[in-house]
Amino acid sequence: MNINNVPQDNSSTYAKNKKAIYALDDDGKVKVVSSSGWNVEEAVTKQALNDLENSAREAYREVKNGNKSPLYYYMFALRMDLQLLAESTGFFKWTIKQDFKPENFAKISDKRLNVYADAMGKTIGDLKVLEDVENECK
Amino acid sequence: MNANKFEHTHSAHCESGVMSSMLKHYGLNLSEPMVFGLCNALTFAYLPFVKIGGMPLIAYRSLPKSIIKNIQKKLKVKMKLETFSSKEKGQNRLDELLEQGKIVGVQSSVYWLPYFPQEMRFHFNAHNLVVFAKEENEYLISDPVFENSVRCDKAALTKARFAKGIMAPKGLLYYPVDIPKNINLKPIIANSIKKTAKSMLKTPVPIAGLKGIKYLAKSILKLEKKDKRYAKLYLGHIVRMQEEIGTGGAGFRYIYASFLQESSVLFDDDEVLKESSKLMLEVGDKWREFALMIAKSIKSKNDINFKAISDKLLEVCEEESKVYKKMLEFKRSS
Repeated sequence: MNINNVPQDNSSTYAKNKKAIYALDDDGKVKVVSSSGWNVEEAVTKQALNDLENSAREAYREVKNGNKSPLYYYMFALRMDLQLLAESTGFFKWTIKQDFKPENFAKISDKRLNVYADAMGKTIGDLKVLEDVENECK
Repeated sequence: MNANKFEHTHSAHCESGVMSSMLKHYGLNLSEPMVFGLCNALTFAYLPFVKIGGMPLIAYRSLPKSIIKNIQKKLKVKMKLETFSSKEKGQNRLDELLEQGKIVGVQSSVYWLPYFPQEMRFHFNAHNLVVFAKEENEYLISDPVFENSVRCDKAALTKARFAKGIMAPKGLLYYPVDIPKNINLKPIIANSIKKTAKSMLKTPVPIAGLKGIKYLAKSILKLEKKDKRYAKLYLGHIVRMQEEIGTGGAGFRYIYASFLQESSVLFDDDEVLKESSKLMLEVGDKWREFALMIAKSIKSKNDINFKAISDKLLEVCEEESKVYKKMLEFKRSS
């Protein structure tokens, strides 16, 4: 790829950052060029982001309807899945699934809650209530 | 060895970028592509049984940390690697090393680094950066994939260093303790080029090298029978691994072309290496055509032509084989 063909598409997924791309200059030398984005890359990053956001939105509804505990929503909101949450907390997946039930979650010990909070970068207080995201474009 | 004099360089890839700027800081001037090429970092692997976020592992380069390991093996550079059993120990040790005036390589999770914009924050645990100074409660960081150096709150970096999950960093810190003088690069380069070409052409397992690319092409055909949403995510995932994850474009093929060109100069404008570099750039362009084709089909409302995408990948594979065969023709003159 010639340096003049390095895409400069100002991709929203770069959030005004630039990435280094190696390309051929007019003297035939390969060198680093800063790129403001490529539509192709933006499309696939957005696709992944949308998928994560959809999961979080669905989880949010589930919690609102009283089917799941806030923990369930926060897992998705933090772009995690059950696998990663299990690895981050050291808890078995099936025990985490139990904590997704609102009635179980209400009885959970502070010690256990603390492990979740630590793994998820939140406080115990944060975890207990569903955050209000209606005004955010989630 | 003054940390304040550390020079940030914008690189394509985190691990080769960190290694290059760290070695430069201590007086060994190697470009990012040179580090990448010397360490045999170029590869291809498709591991359908290893899932990350529900998607198979597709790698265009060697395993994380392999550059840190290979640089020691190839150049006889001695690196010290330290991991920690607790956050406190890990943070104290980093502070201690900075106070000694060292610059320190750090492995971290991208997700927990606040200077990454939301759009780029995924749970990826093998991101590398250099911490070169500390000011009160902040670290000064040279993150190779950013244009300029950045600042990061102490607690946030510690959180990122101790993220758990696949490839968990365990607080990993690393820094060179001994760098030999007068390294003769030529035999090491010749050896690396041969090794990369051979492993791409001749790896016996079906998941790696050119066979891995063919295997991936086959898996694309199977998407026909899968749920459409999954099929599109899968295709998007391939392109993300190829372009999004600090690859210098086209799944590291362009960086490697730069390495081949730099090597050709060292070997008195060696024609075989020059030609290999040219071919590698063309391969990179092919990968990008493949990515473009996928992006179009993801956006399109029409049915996806999986056969056409799979065929395109086989075409890329065919082009790749030509480069590696060319590379094997290289005979070291001196």
